[in-house]
Amino acid sequence: MNGLLLQAGSVVALLVLGYLFGRLAEKRHYRRIIEREAQMQSLPVVASRYPPEDRAYQQQLVTGSVVIASDYFKAFLAGLINIFGGRVTPFESMLDRARREALLRMKEQALALEAAYVFNIKFDTTRIATGKVGAMEVLAYGTAMIPMAGTDGNAHEV
Amino acid sequence: MLVSNLEFLPGRTVVRHLGLVQGSSVRSKHVGRDIAASLKNFFGGELRGYTELLSDSREEATERMLEQAQSLGANAVLNVRYSTSSIAAGAAEIFVYGTAVELAD
Repeated sequence: MNGLLLQAGSVVALLVLGYLFGRLAEKRHYRRIIEREAQMQSLPVVASRYPPEDRAYQQQLVTGSVVIASDYFKAFLAGLINIFGGRVTPFESMLDRARREALLRMKEQALALEAAYVFNIKFDTTRIATGKVGAMEVLAYGTAMIPMAGTDGNAHEV
Repeated sequence: MLVSNLEFLPGRTVVRHLGLVQGSSVRSKHVGRDIAASLKNFFGGELRGYTELLSDSREEATERMLEQAQSLGANAVLNVRYSTSSIAAGAAEIFVYGTAVELAD
């Protein structure tokens, strides 16, 4: 009986801690994401496979990736939702954060190269097995178009 | 060596197609990282150790692909794709492939 109580107690404690810390981490992360998205808005990221037809650019592959873990509360809630079906919102926000973060890291790399555009963006999402709770890796990659010296890159000065 | 995930580059002509080149890498993390990650797992947030591990692994796979392209006499790899699979608890395979080509000038 005592053992059972202890077990139930530790689950509740983990749920509360997971909820508190998880929410804090998510809030903080979203704040950072929104801030940086605003900063890097000047760099257009295009999903098109067809770049501009002139030769004013050099190309280079740029990548950004991140592994984001779920928390105990999210995992528990997702388990509950799973019984009845429907939108699993706790995981939706986790993946949204991961995708936006990966894209931002890719943009950082492109900006460091003084790129004017990033073309042909692709995403790759993988579940990383780490015990019960789980984590997701998101990779974003694309081709940075870097204006060549002496030519006029359309959007940015060289 | 030029690496891009575009299918063709504006203004540049492909002189020769040299075929598919690929590179892969399977890595797992050490126990210390695993423990730190499993703690973090209860509370959410980024698992930095894993982010690094996978991006190192991706670099290695890309390096292998480029070696292969070089040995074929290519000067560019186009239409590059990445793929990631989680194989077992604690190990992931990174696979990268593309088309090796020779570009004029």
